[in-house]
Formats: sequence, structure tokens, C-alpha cells
Amino acid sequence: MNFINSVIIFFYLMGTATYLFFMFIQKKSWEKTGQYFLTAGFVIHTTALVYGFISSGHIPARNLHETLSVAGWAVVCAFLILQYWFNLKILGIYAAPLASLIMVVSFLVPKTSVHDPEIFKSFWLFLHILFIFLGEASFALACGVGVLYLLQERAIKSKRRGFFFHRLPSLDLLDTIGYVCILAGFTLMTIGLITGFVYAKTIWGKFWSADPKEIWSIITWLLYAALLHGRLMIGWRGKRSAVMAIIGFAVILFTFLGVNFLLEGHHEAFTRW
Amino acid sequence: MLDIVLIGINHKTAPIELRECLAFSEEDMLNAFSVFKNNPVIMELMLFSTCNRVELLMTTPNPDKAIQTAKQYLSDSKQMALKQFENSLYIHQGDDAIRHIFRVASSLDSLIVGEPQILGQIKDAYRRATSQKTSGVILNRLLHKTFFIAKRVRHETGIGDHAVSISYAAIELAKKIFGSLEGKEILLIGAGEMAELAVENLIRNRSGNIFVANRTFENALKLADKFKGQAIRFEEISGAIERVDIIISSTGAKDLIIHQDQVKKILRKRKNRPLFFIDIAVPRDIDPEINRLSNAYVYDIDDLKGVIEENIEDRKREAVKAERMIDEAVIKFRQWHENLDIVPTIIDLRKKLDTIAQNEVKKTFKSLHHVSESDYQAIYRMTHAIINKILHDPTLFLKQNGYHGLNSASIDFTRKLFRLDEE
Repeated sequence: MNFINSVIIFFYLMGTATYLFFMFIQKKSWEKTGQYFLTAGFVIHTTALVYGFISSGHIPARNLHETLSVAGWAVVCAFLILQYWFNLKILGIYAAPLASLIMVVSFLVPKTSVHDPEIFKSFWLFLHILFIFLGEASFALACGVGVLYLLQERAIKSKRRGFFFHRLPSLDLLDTIGYVCILAGFTLMTIGLITGFVYAKTIWGKFWSADPKEIWSIITWLLYAALLHGRLMIGWRGKRSAVMAIIGFAVILFTFLGVNFLLEGHHEAFTRW
Repeated sequence: MLDIVLIGINHKTAPIELRECLAFSEEDMLNAFSVFKNNPVIMELMLFSTCNRVELLMTTPNPDKAIQTAKQYLSDSKQMALKQFENSLYIHQGDDAIRHIFRVASSLDSLIVGEPQILGQIKDAYRRATSQKTSGVILNRLLHKTFFIAKRVRHETGIGDHAVSISYAAIELAKKIFGSLEGKEILLIGAGEMAELAVENLIRNRSGNIFVANRTFENALKLADKFKGQAIRFEEISGAIERVDIIISSTGAKDLIIHQDQVKKILRKRKNRPLFFIDIAVPRDIDPEINRLSNAYVYDIDDLKGVIEENIEDRKREAVKAERMIDEAVIKFRQWHENLDIVPTIIDLRKKLDTIAQNEVKKTFKSLHHVSESDYQAIYRMTHAIINKILHDPTLFLKQNGYHGLNSASIDFTRKLFRLDEE
């Protein structure tokens, strides 16, 4: 498994490097190569996850090592879909290093598993993990797009333009993509939370146990709900939307990692080493 | 062998007054073609005359005489003493002439580096020369290479990227804000050449409704008519900004027309859909503080000029790459041109046939094991003799026809027929 992980990391890192070259040189071939590297890494990654699923009989997310791997996979998946839809090449400069970083961290943390594998054999858990991670990956991309928006807005407003002006797409496109990411992330996260509650009911006999992770997840969910509401009703768009996407992702990072290490709860077992 | 010679003046060597005097009208050009058609010194001729340059491109067996003839013709036909313009003329020969035409077509020699019109103008000039049958083998090839290199420069360098005029710079910015300009509504306040040019460019980008406001309603009506837009009264501007996306202002007003707090309220009403203000007026019409509001962008005339200067710098950097491509192309063309002579052509021809014969003899001997070394030598000598006999008449033809090297066409044909230039 270690070898496979190294191969995946290799492809993601190569993707990162080629996207970096693309940003400076702006030759289409670089961007294409970057896309090939990421896609190749993604295919191997997917195969590895499916293999892990089949050989153990449950989704491989029993410890921090495995959950991070799933998170990295979800980021690349979301990016490839987004790039196919909107042709937003430059976002690779954010997605590829993010996926690489997650995978490297995943590689470094210990791989001890939880004692009781029985609770993992649930279809609900499979859905819960899949949807939550894809949703969070969408939010991660929304954050990246938000950063690009702020850079481009600054370039236009300051009237100095500089490095990014010609390299980034229009504000309107960035704003739209950010919105689509948040909408998709919100939908996926909602499904993920519902399936999570159903799973909790089947394992612990209650939907809600006021676990810190549950509380923070609800806070995150409310935050993005507010963002979407503000956009539709009052017209929170542009800079405000971009900033909120970045803050939202910071809260997610806290929910994902911070809660595990700082607070106690029933997610603790498989997200802490 | 024919030499390539170029003689001309351009915006760098001569002021507009002089260029005007030397410019060729359509009629002048036809006259020039008919005068030079039967001239023994000038074999091929192409003429181009734009507002920035007048140039004669020729091939000749005797460059000095050709230059003299061309100068004299200019002086006679334009009724100017040679002294008056001789110092402004530049004369290029051989590689320099090739490089010059490549650079001109690639827009490296233009007043605004990278402007695209020049290539079209050269194409027109070439078409005129071909229709008058004054272009021959050399100019035909030179011009085709010119068009090729000009296209390559345009595609592979950023020399034509990014706007270098106020109205295009404004559109480039608008595209970075709105993405597509299709259906975006425009409000034009006041009038003026630059503002109207910007509106026309926006229309070309398929913008939507156009509103025109003016202190004098009649003027607004007139302009609105021109753009097939809608005239509004000056007091209605606030209402219009609620629905339009791009505002172009160019009035003679002394004070600001649109203020920050006014726009702040409007933005709320339009749910923060972005607004782009282009302020071409001096003194300014639009409060620069509006640029601080989220989703509102203000560019005044100085900002746009700054954008253009930056873009011109970019183009100059790209021009360096273009020069390198052109150097390459010049060397290639020179090689072709040098080969377009009798001696290298006959040598190439002989070499080609010799190689074929040798290869075939070797192939045959591989299957004939009983042949001795002396037989081999004899047979090889025989193939050599056959080649000599075959080439005898064509060589004579090329040499006879080649009276002081005017047989470029038959040499070119020979080279093509036997495919002597690997490409």
C-alpha cells in the first residue's frame, strides 16, 4: 500500500509542478500535461480505494491516514469535474498542491486502525463519508476560487494589474464558479449530514448526541446556508462571497482537524491517531 | 543571379508632409507598373504605399542601376527634386531587404508595434503586383514566406496581444469584469469621439441596449439614433444606472456628475450586480471614490493610458522573440535564393542522379554474386556516362537561357521538378 501511495503522491506532485509551469509560461501544453498527471493519479487513487473497500468490506476511513486519503481523492475528483464543466484551468494551481499536501500528510501519519471494525460495515456510513468528503472538497475549491477572485479584483481595482490580470479569468466567471462550488458543496454536505444522522441512529440508537463534531458540522452548515441565502436574497456576491467562502473553509478545517485534537467525541477514534 | 532590392521611406525616416508627397494612389501604381514592365534592369516589382510608408521591392540583375532608376522614377513622377527626399530614403539589398519585408509584415516596423492592418495592406500590394504580372519566381516565394512568417509571429508571440488604444483597453477591462459582453447594457453620458468609438466597439462585442444621456436632449436623440439606442434625459441617469452594466461618460461638465453615495444606493437596488464606469472626461465626471465600493469599478482616462503603456511594453518584449523567428526565416530564404543559380542547381541535379544510380547498382550487385570487381567498375562507369548524356541537353538549356542570370523561372522549375530543395 505504501508503494501505491507513493505513486499517487508522485503523480499529484508532478501535476503541481506542471501547473506551476503553466502559470508562468502560459503554454497550453503544460496545462494539458498537468491535467494528464492529475487524471492518472486520480485513476490509481480510485483503484486503490476500491481495492481497499473490497478487501476490507468497508470504506477505508478508519484512521486519520485513511480519511485524509479519501479527502485528497475527493479534492481531485471535484477539481476534475469542475475543470471539465467550466474549463477553469488555472484552478489546478490550487487543487493540485492541495491534494498533494493532503496525501503527503496522510502518508506521514501513523496507520493504526480502530479496534472495532464491525461498526464500519454499514451502507449509511459509506454514503455519509462519501458525501461529506465530496461536499468538503467542493468547499475547498470554492475557497480556492475565492482567493483567485480576490487576486483578480485587486488587480483590476488597483489599476496596476500585474502578474495575475491576464492569467486569471473574468470576475464574473470566478464568482459564478465559486457559487456553483458552494451550491454543490452545500447539497452534498446536507445529504452527508442526513445519512450521518441515520447511521448514528443505527449504531448508537439516537440521531443526535451533541458530539463536538456534530455541533461544529451544524455550525458550518448554517454558515454556508447563510451565505447562499444572502446571495439569493440580498445579492451577496463578488468580494463578500469570496471572503465568506474562505472563512467557511477555515471553519471546515477546524471541524475536520481541530475538533479531533482539541475536543472529545465519537468521531475521535477514527480521525485521531 | 537576381538581387533583391528594397527602396522606400517610412514614418521613422520622413515626416508626414514628405510621405504625403511620395504616396502612390491606385492610378499612380498602375502607371508605375506599366513604366517598369519593359525595363531591362527591374525584373520584378512590388509597390506598397500606406499612410506610414512608401516602398518599392524589386529584383534586378544590376542593383546599382535599379536603385538609380527607381529614384529617378520617384523624382519624375512626383515632380520633386531628388535632393528633397534622397536623405529620407532607405535602401536594403539581399538579406537586409528580406529581413525588412519580414519585419514590416510582422508589424515590427509599425508605428504601433503589433498592429494587424499592415499584413492586409501588403497582401493587397502583392495581389496588385500579381494582377499586373510584375512579380516573378523570387517575389512570389518571398511574399509567400513573408505571409507565413507574419502569421507565425502573430500566433507564437504575444506581439498582437492586449489593447493599445483607449477604447480597446476599456473593452479588455470590461471583459475581465463581465466575462462575455453579450447583452450587457450601456449608458453613454455626453458625447465625444473616443466615447463613441468605445460604444461602437462594445456593439461589435454584441452588447445589449444602449442609453444615451445629454444635457441637451436633442443631441442625445441624435446619438441614440446613430447607435439605435434610447435617449434619456439627464435627470434620468440614476434610474438608468440601476439597469445598465457599463457607463461611459464624456461630458464637458466642470463638476462630478455621479457620486459615491448615489452609486452605493443603486448597487443595493441592483443586488450588487457589477458596474463598470469608464470616465473619459477631463475634468472627471465620475467620483473616483466609487472605485472603493465592492462590485463597482472606475477607470478614468489616465488609468486607461496607464494600461496602454503597460501593454506597449509587453509588446516590445514580445518583439524580441519575433526578431529571432525572422532571423531564422531570412537565413532559410537566403539559402533558397542562393541555390537559384545555374551552378548550384546543376551540381545538385548531378548529385541527386548519381546517388540514385549508385544505390541501384549496389542493390543489383547484391543479388549477382558471380560479378568481379572489374565488372563492377565498368558498369558503374556506364551509369555515369548515361547520367552525363541525359544531363547534357538540360544543362545547355539552363546555361543558354541563363543570359546574365535571368532564368530564375526555369531554374526554379528544375529544382521543383527534381525536388532538389528538401522541405
